[in-house]
Amino acid sequence: MKLAVTILTIAALASFPLWLRDPYLMNALITTGIFIIGAMSLNLLLGFTGQLSLGHIAFFGIGAYVSALTSLGFDVGLPGGFRIVHEPWPPAVGFVLAIIVAGLCGYLVGLLSFRVRGAYFVIVTISFAEVVRLVALNWVELTQGPLALTNIPSITIGLPALGSLTLRTKLQNYYLVLAVAVATYVLISRLVHSHFGRAMRGLMENETLAVSVGIDVTKTLTLAAVISAGIAGAAGSLYAHYIRIIDPEVFAFINTVTMVIMVITGGKGSLAGPVVGGLIFGLLPVFLRPIMAPEAQWIAYGGVLIVILFVLPRGIVPSLAQRWAKWRSRPRAAGAVSFSERDVKENA
Amino acid sequence: MGFAATALKVEQVAVRFGGLVALSDMNFTVGEGEIVSLIGPNGAGKTTAFNVMTGFLDPTHGCVSYRGTALNGLKPHQIADLGLIRTFQRTSVFPNDTVYDNLLVGLHRRGRVGLFEAILGLPRARSSERRLRERASELVEWVGLGRRAHDLAGSLSYGEQRLVGVALALAAEPSMLLLDEPVSGMNASETHTFVELIRNIRDRGVTILLVEHDMPMVMSVSDRIVVLNYGRIIAEGPPDVIRNDPVVIEAYLGQGAARA
Repeated sequence: MKLAVTILTIAALASFPLWLRDPYLMNALITTGIFIIGAMSLNLLLGFTGQLSLGHIAFFGIGAYVSALTSLGFDVGLPGGFRIVHEPWPPAVGFVLAIIVAGLCGYLVGLLSFRVRGAYFVIVTISFAEVVRLVALNWVELTQGPLALTNIPSITIGLPALGSLTLRTKLQNYYLVLAVAVATYVLISRLVHSHFGRAMRGLMENETLAVSVGIDVTKTLTLAAVISAGIAGAAGSLYAHYIRIIDPEVFAFINTVTMVIMVITGGKGSLAGPVVGGLIFGLLPVFLRPIMAPEAQWIAYGGVLIVILFVLPRGIVPSLAQRWAKWRSRPRAAGAVSFSERDVKENA
Repeated sequence: MGFAATALKVEQVAVRFGGLVALSDMNFTVGEGEIVSLIGPNGAGKTTAFNVMTGFLDPTHGCVSYRGTALNGLKPHQIADLGLIRTFQRTSVFPNDTVYDNLLVGLHRRGRVGLFEAILGLPRARSSERRLRERASELVEWVGLGRRAHDLAGSLSYGEQRLVGVALALAAEPSMLLLDEPVSGMNASETHTFVELIRNIRDRGVTILLVEHDMPMVMSVSDRIVVLNYGRIIAEGPPDVIRNDPVVIEAYLGQGAARA
């Protein structure tokens, strides 16, 4: 049943470009997809360990810059007269490095801040994102600062026996993003259903008890942070090679907030939550744009957010799943009613 | 005592919270396979002693060792890894998970597989997962909660939650189990079943240290009893001796009652 829904959803998503020819909509779908990957990574922390990272965009942005710089090459001077010169490497290598470097940053942030959790973690992550933004803004020699890194090459995929393919069109990029999103979904699903996932859940529900059965808090939370940051880095890399220009604005707080909204409305702690929330809030501006003035769009955006959280406070997916479960446990009673109805008819 | 090896050794342990002395100069041992009870009036320091033994609290002075390993400075999960597992007075379950899933979390120690094996779903991870599920089902049946296996632990009665707590601890494969007031909130028949369960656990080779207020239960199940009052050990011995010890009776009932 669940598998069928998953396969149908993937099939539907894969068929979009076949009947959607509007490039504007395709563009929105691709960037939404990239943000959904980011939201899924955020959900791994927020929904499965209960730690809110309000600087999550930092890992996304680091991934974007690492990938862009790897494929563009750079030449920077370091204190002490050293210079680092890097010749351009293929974007696919950048993608892998983006994951590794972002994951490493996740490790450091996790290690530092999981000693003190809750509000402290939130503050450390916000500060981290701000520091990274300032570095990107001011280390002009490396990042071009506000002038942005431009002409970032598109991703090239080496296909066995078919040579290599450079993903230039929206269609190709759409399928690349879809593939990475599906892989991310599977990875997170496997992770949370393994004993690592149970350890995370245990820590979130009752840390003292979890510790008493031998669960290592720091190790478990740091692992979640590394994987979460690595996935966000992958999303950032996709973003850089698709948009092909990035500036320090990628680290803006609003981008983290967008991901948090996607996770919370869709349902934190549910695998499909960020996908549902992401599709709604990623595509909402697209549908509002033709019918509303820009100011009104944001009001409508906020209105939709409030209505969803008012009606389905636990998020769309968990709330609907709960109702579905209730409805499913009803048939016995419903069957009894229809039986008696038939009795009445037969007697009449 | 007739028991060959010492499992747990508490030496000169003292705990002070500011000016308050919670434990002072506590010395006792628990032998392998023994059932020892730690009793005393409210506030005598029983739970504090538990917290020190399981690493949730650092003693101000003294040291605890388990099977020859000093526990000072070890984190609770490291102590759990030595096989010393405890239950809790209040927060004994993961309330939003089913009983069965609770036990799967409890089986953490047994279920360790590599991260990549788990993510890639390699055969070793899968067979480990299958074994865990079998073991969880066994445990659920063994503590007599088979009917409630797929109910949320938080929805169970207080007495049943205590059982889940014990099953969770058993899932962690203890060589020594520390039970903090396990039968509080249980009715007489539940308590009776529970005593059988404790004997059963001991017969499987698990050493048990029990903190409990239910005196008939303590008297019937213990090999030896350690009595605490105001953070000090005031008596120690087999149930028959403790039952008639004037010092103990005085601590519990006041001076006038100490007629023996």
